[in-house]
Amino acid sequence: MVEITSPAFKENAARALSDPGLQKALGKAKGAFLQRRAEAVSRLPEFEQLRDIGRDIKNHTIANLDFYLETFAANVERAGGTVHWCSTAEDARAAVLEICRNAGAKTVTKGKSMISEEIAVNDHLEKHGITPVETDLGEYIIQLRREHPSHIIAPAFHLNREDWEADFRRMHTDLDPNRVFNERRDILAEARTKLRSRFLAADVGITGANFLIAETGSSVIVTNEGNGDLTQTLPRVHIALASIEKVVPTLEDATSLLRLLARSATGQDFSVYTTFSTGARRPADLDGPEEYHVVLIDNGRSNMIGSDFQEMLRCIRCAACMNHCPVYGVTGGHAYGWVYPGPMGSVLTPSLVGIDKTALLPNASTFCGKCESVCPVKIPLPGLMRHWREREFERHLTPRAVRRNLGLWAWFAKRPGLYRAVTRTAMAALSWLSRGKGAFTSLPLAGGWTAGRDLPAPEPGGTFMARYAKMQRGR
Amino acid sequence: MTKDAILASIRRGLRRGPLPADQRAMLDGRLATHPRHLIPARSRVPRPEQVALFIHNVEKEFGTVDRVTDAADIPAAVAEYLASQNLPPRVVMAPHPELQALPWAGKPLLDVEARRAEATDAVSVQHGYAAIAETGTLMLPSDPARPTTLNVLAETEIVVLRTSRIHGAYEEAWDTLRRERTDPITGGFMPRNVMLVTGPSRSADIEQTLELGAHGPRRLHIILLDDDPAALPGA
Repeated sequence: MVEITSPAFKENAARALSDPGLQKALGKAKGAFLQRRAEAVSRLPEFEQLRDIGRDIKNHTIANLDFYLETFAANVERAGGTVHWCSTAEDARAAVLEICRNAGAKTVTKGKSMISEEIAVNDHLEKHGITPVETDLGEYIIQLRREHPSHIIAPAFHLNREDWEADFRRMHTDLDPNRVFNERRDILAEARTKLRSRFLAADVGITGANFLIAETGSSVIVTNEGNGDLTQTLPRVHIALASIEKVVPTLEDATSLLRLLARSATGQDFSVYTTFSTGARRPADLDGPEEYHVVLIDNGRSNMIGSDFQEMLRCIRCAACMNHCPVYGVTGGHAYGWVYPGPMGSVLTPSLVGIDKTALLPNASTFCGKCESVCPVKIPLPGLMRHWREREFERHLTPRAVRRNLGLWAWFAKRPGLYRAVTRTAMAALSWLSRGKGAFTSLPLAGGWTAGRDLPAPEPGGTFMARYAKMQRGR
Repeated sequence: MTKDAILASIRRGLRRGPLPADQRAMLDGRLATHPRHLIPARSRVPRPEQVALFIHNVEKEFGTVDRVTDAADIPAAVAEYLASQNLPPRVVMAPHPELQALPWAGKPLLDVEARRAEATDAVSVQHGYAAIAETGTLMLPSDPARPTTLNVLAETEIVVLRTSRIHGAYEEAWDTLRRERTDPITGGFMPRNVMLVTGPSRSADIEQTLELGAHGPRRLHIILLDDDPAALPGA
């Protein structure tokens, strides 16, 4: 599995906040996603109803997941494909390597796939002498930089144009070192040329899957570049990597979810290429792979069924939650320290790798609730993060200072008269200290808070209880 | 076996054993009837408006549309489009009977080869199986007469589509495929590959700014043949 730096979330976040390049990239990218999604949703009046439908389809599927997986596998085999059932990341890596070896593969092209990051298949192939080539533009530069994606649909979210130009100059040494990149288009054109020969040379193409369809035994990929289609069309062997919760019953179910996916993700009404693959090349076909494999991966998902975190299995990986998250918006994705960042990652990562290493993630939330309000399948992300905080507390993973302060707060909260008197005094003191300024940039005894953000000063008008009492009197 | 272990773990979570026969039958019934969910109102309009919606959505997604009323005019439409884009008069075409029956001989300067696409092909002409007005999407199922490489390798893809094949919603296009196609391997309807294509290839991976022409076609041009009197403007 990918190395995990989630235990260092605080240090990672502090580094991210003082990284001007990252802050520039985040500032530029974020607004675009929010605006495009809002516009796409406003063009489809039925969007809210579709969210309920999406939630219900996924719930129905998970409640019958054994049935739909068996049906899916039977239909893949009917179409001449092979299904490889894998319990762990290790099993999945071994299955992919074996298929590649049987194909005599030297190079493998890859479409974008988060599960391939989760099982770290690239490292495994490289270790065994097979060269994996990422072909999604964002994944391509991430591979050149030997980094991991910082966002689940926009892997190079953390990079600026200058980074692209510098990396291309550094890595594409066969090209004129003095060439000029006038526009972003020139960077894209260079990548297109570089990757074209890779597509043609590859022996195996590996893609992920946005959905699996039980009815037909199909795997579905959604892309804008067309790299996924080149990856799964040109080589002799196509491998689709998919975790078990990707299955849906029918084309109609997938279609309803597809109406939600692109709008929630990139703010497009529909992605450019939505492609359904079913088995290998038919006898009279002029193109397409001769072998079709689905590597079906559990890697911890089945343990989430029946747990407090089952609802997370509805996730369709659109990234709307991280695009709208105020924490992700300033730390970027790498701070989260594993494959899946943002709110969905803060729920999923503890489920897959354990809360002991990841307890900071469900705490990295203001609980503003925006993630839940934009989730296309209505996953109650703040509620699930709260469950993780409870687990953390129960398992005594919470830092001692936090436990002590929570205890102190609880002691006061159980004594309402005293609590009100203390908060009244504290508010008055803070108001006086703030001297009309809206916020504190530093405050004695609260350096841990003000180091990373401002503390808002109390609004005039007293505490909530004081205002409530006043309102009651006025009725 | 790993498969059994995964299924057992799922069932443990669901707190039940394998599904009883009556529930399996119910789920088999759901697969067989594949019920539709909500279909957005935007495509549920009269035929001429559906075609207009399709064209509007293709253009919104940076595709272009040309409309002809006579199939015999298609070779000229292809030649004119190539000239307008300063492209050489050479295309690789889907070996589809409808396309092969067109009077290409009337355009002797246009070099047409019917086969799969290769990396050196600049322009492809594909047979449009069906389309979806809801989002301006083409449905291109693989077939010996409709090779997938034509959709991905050339820099410019031209798709010839009949207006009678424009559906309102995806679900209607799926039903057409279910009705019309029998797969030689599975006996079902799904071919090896179905591409739903909405506009030319693009990427926003550099600073989340859209650029056209990533790995697939930079241009997507649709030649629409008016073969459906009910779909003509003002019909």
